[in-house]
Amino acid sequence: MTRQQLLDLYFMDARSKLIDIAAFLDRVDRGEGDADFRLDAFRKALAELNRGEPVRAKGVLMSLSDPTTEPIAKAPGKGAVGAWPGTGIRCE
Amino acid sequence: MRYIEPHGHMVSRVTDDYEAMVLAGCRAVCEPAFWAGYDRSGPEGFYDYFCQLTDYEPKRAAKFGLPHFTWLCINPKESEDMVLAKEVMALIPQFLERPNVLGIGEIGLNKNTRNELKVLEQHIDLAARHDQLILVHTPHLEDKYKGTRLILDAMKADTRIEPARVIIDHVEEHTIQMVLDEGFWAGITLYPESKTTPPRAIDMFEVYGGQRVWLNSACDWGRSDPLAVPKTAVEMRRRGHSDETIDQLVFQNPIRFLSQNPRFTVH
Repeated sequence: MTRQQLLDLYFMDARSKLIDIAAFLDRVDRGEGDADFRLDAFRKALAELNRGEPVRAKGVLMSLSDPTTEPIAKAPGKGAVGAWPGTGIRCE
Repeated sequence: MRYIEPHGHMVSRVTDDYEAMVLAGCRAVCEPAFWAGYDRSGPEGFYDYFCQLTDYEPKRAAKFGLPHFTWLCINPKESEDMVLAKEVMALIPQFLERPNVLGIGEIGLNKNTRNELKVLEQHIDLAARHDQLILVHTPHLEDKYKGTRLILDAMKADTRIEPARVIIDHVEEHTIQMVLDEGFWAGITLYPESKTTPPRAIDMFEVYGGQRVWLNSACDWGRSDPLAVPKTAVEMRRRGHSDETIDQLVFQNPIRFLSQNPRFTVH
């Protein structure tokens, strides 16, 4: 598809999601108390959008991922929270 | 349109979903064993679940003319208890000859623990000893990248396993390449929030190719859509893909993988 066709197909949806992200960050800013590691992880992931090549989705996912390689001793619970508490991976 | 739903947890769906899927063109549904949303209290709970998957659920689907197939295992969310896992895996062989059983799945990892990995290796051994196909669940969100790497290492470490007989499910943009590069099949799961949306799934299909890829809804008791596959097919049409290309991805590809077990037939 041409870029024009893709814009016609997806621009409004992407625009809506972009404003949702902006409103989410505004909402968190207006909130009280400390934020946990997820907010920093989210802001770091946002930087992946500035890449000049089409690997942004992979970059966002990698920046939110656990980069370690060894299995852990015991599960802290069953669920996942969407971000890794440490420093994520930079996608090259 | 015609399609296969290769991954749907129908025990947690209402009967109306079967009707809607058939009306949308579904020709077969495949149901991997999974976590019930709570931990079972013992192996008896799994025995009953395996009976449900191999006896009751195929009958429920058959009321709508829909062939129902299944995969058996103890899921990774309950694999931390290795005693329970051993007891459940001992139950599985007696079910493997039932007419709708396709293989071992969905095995894999959840939080990437040592015990989960040991139970995964035992499942791989079980599949190899009984010459079964394998369907693998990869972990959620921040755990997926690490878990996918651990799973691929475990698969490659067992020389009896042929990658072409294993599907690694729930791939995303950061894991699909490594799965395909190692010769495995890749499953793309369509969810409203986590995993992948239809536009992203089509992006991956366009970037990485669709030779060894299938789409699934993995519909269950959480936020999910049993019609996610046909809806993605509609999205593919909007993106200019031909009916033949769509049919290849949503119908012919799953048949090509699943038919490696001769029990899987679609009319």
